[in-house]
Amino acid sequence: MKKEWLRVFVHMLGVLPLSLILFDALTGRLSVNPIQDIEQRLGRAALYFLVASLSVTPVYTLTGWRSVLPRRRALGLYAFLYASLHFITFAAIDYGFDIQEIGRLIVEKPFILLGLTTGLLLLPLAVTSFDYFIRTMGRKWKSLHRLVYAAGVTVIIHYAWAKKGDFFNLRGDILKPLLWGALILVLLVLRIPAVRRGVSRVRQRIIGNGLIRRFAEK
Amino acid sequence: MENKLKHVAIPSSEITPKDLYLSRRDWLKMAGIVSAASLLAACAPRPAVVPPTLAPGTGSDLTDELGDPANTFEQITSYNNYYEFSVDKQAVNPLSANFRSTPWAVEVSGLVQNPKTYTIEDLLKLERVDRVYRLRCVEAWSMVIPWTGFELNKLLAEAEPMTSAKYVAFTTLLDPEQFPGQNSPFYPWPYAEGLRLDEAMHRLTLIATGLYGEGLPNPNGAPLRLVVPWKYGFKSIKAIVKIELTETQPPTLWNTIAPEEYGFYSNVNPNVDHPRWSQRTERRIGELDRRDTLMFNGYGEEVAGLYEGMDLRVNY
Repeated sequence: MKKEWLRVFVHMLGVLPLSLILFDALTGRLSVNPIQDIEQRLGRAALYFLVASLSVTPVYTLTGWRSVLPRRRALGLYAFLYASLHFITFAAIDYGFDIQEIGRLIVEKPFILLGLTTGLLLLPLAVTSFDYFIRTMGRKWKSLHRLVYAAGVTVIIHYAWAKKGDFFNLRGDILKPLLWGALILVLLVLRIPAVRRGVSRVRQRIIGNGLIRRFAEK
Repeated sequence: MENKLKHVAIPSSEITPKDLYLSRRDWLKMAGIVSAASLLAACAPRPAVVPPTLAPGTGSDLTDELGDPANTFEQITSYNNYYEFSVDKQAVNPLSANFRSTPWAVEVSGLVQNPKTYTIEDLLKLERVDRVYRLRCVEAWSMVIPWTGFELNKLLAEAEPMTSAKYVAFTTLLDPEQFPGQNSPFYPWPYAEGLRLDEAMHRLTLIATGLYGEGLPNPNGAPLRLVVPWKYGFKSIKAIVKIELTETQPPTLWNTIAPEEYGFYSNVNPNVDHPRWSQRTERRIGELDRRDTLMFNGYGEEVAGLYEGMDLRVNY
């Protein structure tokens, strides 16, 4: 029971973006372009939870706080939930299920193709997120779930390309994609085994193994 | 004439004699009036200052020449691309609340016989027109906006362009204290835009100094901005301090940032696709379904001649 607060906190965070969108919709606080507003907010929420799920292992590496590890699944599933809602808003509400136009957009517009790619990378991870698959797939499960690293890269390019500017020449409205991209890069670098071991060793020398754990879980 | 009505943006000032033109407040009053006689009686001379008696944006009978209703004052002033304030369209309105648009001077210079620095008061003396124009953003949304202002050609006629002048370059105020966005290193500030001289001289090309019959609100580029209704919205530069005639094509901000995406011409064109966003359709603010985007934003009959013989795929 004592450890439940973190689980509750993650779920509160999980429903927060959707609650805020619903609240704004019901109280007339969306922009005058509400479909686009909802679409973009859902997309950003997906990004936030993807980054949160990618930060679980590095947070453990940096702090030794074990209780964050079981929360990764919920964070990843929230990322998938918001990515799905983002896509449904795009296809169903924004483009009214105009399959032909949506198909053309996916083929013609690299940034939409990259968004779809990100969603398709997350799909098998969501499907195999149940205990059953973790048990039965063994090693393969871990390899499969490394796809999330690729999703971390494609989502940033998708985000950056959706904005006015030139991401690769650092011109225009690229500040936020740049910061989120830098964060994802750090989170990926912290997973490189050598880096991870080094950070772990430094952490143990400075704060020991159980300090954070004792602090966090009293 | 019938045919023309369908395609040409007829300024309301050309339908109604200018002295009878209704202020927005009168338009609102008019909503309940049916007979033509009482309509005329309501046409009081326009007072010098029109205090808004009704909350702006409560609706109006204004439509563009295609019959689509004007967007509300609230819509037009709460959703603005104005990166000098913020890249967030909804943040522009609150951030621009204290913008100082008076005193204001505009330098008209370069290849002209009569270079001059005008005050905003000088410019307001130019023949006033009212135009209900569609504005099509490159982000694939659009609005219908009732501007007031003057035709740019009236100002250029006073300046008398030299025969060597081929382009008109516009510059926005550079003032990072008032424009926090200008502290961002990712843009070649100040905002700059340009037109070919014949585009600038076209009778549809407007310098807007007002919206809905009142002064131009800060989020829309107070005290004066360019409006080129057949081009994507970013061509319509805001808070102009300099208009310079040049011989060579002037650099423009978005063209400098991403030349393969934002051409110098940037005419609304559903057939020439933007590499990232589809330009085939758009969402009119206030509507749920997408509309097909019109060639030259629906002003083709008026402006297509400017581009005769040009390959619009090359000159996008």
